[in-house]
Amino acid sequence: MIEKTLKGKPAYWIWLAFLGVFIAIGAACYIRQYLFGLALTGMSREVSWGLYISQFTFLVGVAAGGLMLVLPYYIHDYKAFGKLTILGEFLAIAAIIMCLMFIMADLGQPLRGLNMIIHPTPNSMLFWDMVVLLGYLSLNVLCGWVILTAERKEVAPPKWIYFFVYTSIPFAVSIHTVTAMLYCGLPGRHSWLSAIIAPRFLASAFAAGPSLIVLACLIMKRVAHFDAGKKALDKLSTIIMYAAIINTFFVILEFFVGYYSNVPGEIHTLQYLFFGLTEHGHTYNNLVPFMWMFVFLNFAGLGLFAYLKFKEGSDMLLGAACIMIFLALWIDKGLGFVLGGFVPTMLGEVVEYYPTANEVGITLGIWATGFFLVTVLYKIAVGVEHEIE
Amino acid sequence: MDNERRKFLKIAGISALAGIGAPAIAKLTSTAAIAAGTEGHAAGDAPHAEEAASGKQYGMVIDMRKFIERPELLDQAIAACALAHNIPEFPPDKKKSDIKWIWKTPFENAFTEESATHLSKTIEEAQFPVLCNHCAHPSCVRVCPTKATFKQKDNGIVAMDYHRCIGCRFCMAACPYGARSFNWEDPRPYVKTINPDFPTRMRGVVEKCNFCGERLALGLQPACVEACKGSGAMVFGDINDEKSEVRQVLAKEFTIQRKPSAGTKPSVFYIV
Repeated sequence: MIEKTLKGKPAYWIWLAFLGVFIAIGAACYIRQYLFGLALTGMSREVSWGLYISQFTFLVGVAAGGLMLVLPYYIHDYKAFGKLTILGEFLAIAAIIMCLMFIMADLGQPLRGLNMIIHPTPNSMLFWDMVVLLGYLSLNVLCGWVILTAERKEVAPPKWIYFFVYTSIPFAVSIHTVTAMLYCGLPGRHSWLSAIIAPRFLASAFAAGPSLIVLACLIMKRVAHFDAGKKALDKLSTIIMYAAIINTFFVILEFFVGYYSNVPGEIHTLQYLFFGLTEHGHTYNNLVPFMWMFVFLNFAGLGLFAYLKFKEGSDMLLGAACIMIFLALWIDKGLGFVLGGFVPTMLGEVVEYYPTANEVGITLGIWATGFFLVTVLYKIAVGVEHEIE
Repeated sequence: MDNERRKFLKIAGISALAGIGAPAIAKLTSTAAIAAGTEGHAAGDAPHAEEAASGKQYGMVIDMRKFIERPELLDQAIAACALAHNIPEFPPDKKKSDIKWIWKTPFENAFTEESATHLSKTIEEAQFPVLCNHCAHPSCVRVCPTKATFKQKDNGIVAMDYHRCIGCRFCMAACPYGARSFNWEDPRPYVKTINPDFPTRMRGVVEKCNFCGERLALGLQPACVEACKGSGAMVFGDINDEKSEVRQVLAKEFTIQRKPSAGTKPSVFYIV
């Protein structure tokens, strides 16, 4: 089936070349970082995780989001998602590969990465995160490929694959739960030390992942004559809405617990993220504009989705709503959650983090790699779809 | 024929997978018991029961009265540590890369959980030494995915294996005391005088105070303690041994620890 990636319209090749440029820049930046060290990033003793780990955290959610297609189709026999489950699985593959790349980019000694397997440490949540991420990646490669092959041959998928499909459902939940446990089990980091982190991660994942899939469907409708069907997109937008509303609810609960209890540790990070934190007469607020952008995009996106439920809207409006929710959740989890957690430091100081150009180059390069993979994988899926039509 | 080849491939594939997976599984099952043994024993205790201390646990009492009286003592202690452990000193434009084992900080930063309102002038102006607390239940050890940081059974020191550390910095996120530093770049050009008796570090690994494990092995006191010798500003010893000097100081004086609410049971005590 791989041969399908080698034939395409000029637009396909231009898009891949465009991504290729960013991949090349990212690779060059990574070589610089590899040779000199992580001092080329904006990370410090105080803010010891930056863009890499925050992107990783967000993308685990995107990978888990495919569950919102697989679960209705395989468990509830919701037929309208029949054509889309493969998109969820392929998106998960690309997202997890990006996650692994971000982890490797973040390691101080990447060549020692295998120490995680040579010296397995079950009390470390990072060990379990590796186990579930690799497990989920293998399951999606296996299920995606076997089911697509069967579809191409126009036969029913083999019975044994259903075992792996059903296994992938709890795995999708586990990848994001274990990723949340990286954060919510650390003493002293008050904004992370909250039992609501895992459910909040799942809620935002179930909005962000499907948003991206709807966007991909809308684009492929235009450029590849792939019609996901109105019924499927309507259902997906309902799922996105509910998930985004639940995520908003969880964020508001964090605000209530902090400001009503008036416990300083519960307030500081929220204060820093949304209003700025003052220390020795200086107000630190470099994430404030982003967080209000999150609030605006989140509510505007939800409003647009609600509007589309009452009034017949165009694909453009649906696409805009998806972009808004996706960006909102990216700011919420891909920036604010991880970076905000380091403020204030363990010694109660405020140190702000600014990513360097080299770091942003690597980050964009990995994102471009992800989009490249998604494009190629979706090309295969759509190609098979057209072949049997 | 074709069917047999298929069967063969199936079996070969499964045995190859088993072969790759077996060592990891064998290791996992053998270490799980140890991990459960060190982490799980508090579970059955009553909420406020003091656990029976067992084995040796090195600890320290820091007497701030002495440090306030003679502020130069702390500078001597920090310098002795830097010299003993090849700690780099970065220029001001590279403060981001700082490595700290023992350093100075005001009261409100050392004790973020204590009230800092209406502090006495002396305490407000004082500089407190802070370092790794060599906790009884260290959260850094709990999170390390490679056992590159571990608690030494024979003396309770939280130690580092610089050759195993992969530089994921999970321990830095987990330490409630900000005691850990990462080598963001090669530290060697910034080490003023190289001490050949202690390894320098490479970039990409985490490091922190080791309570001078290498000096203790030779029967010496930690470098910082020795630098304040005779003043009584720092008293070092086994806090699980009732007869030790450090326990006698603890029995006599009122001491506080940093962030007791983190549940880590720090081994460094302060007389304020």
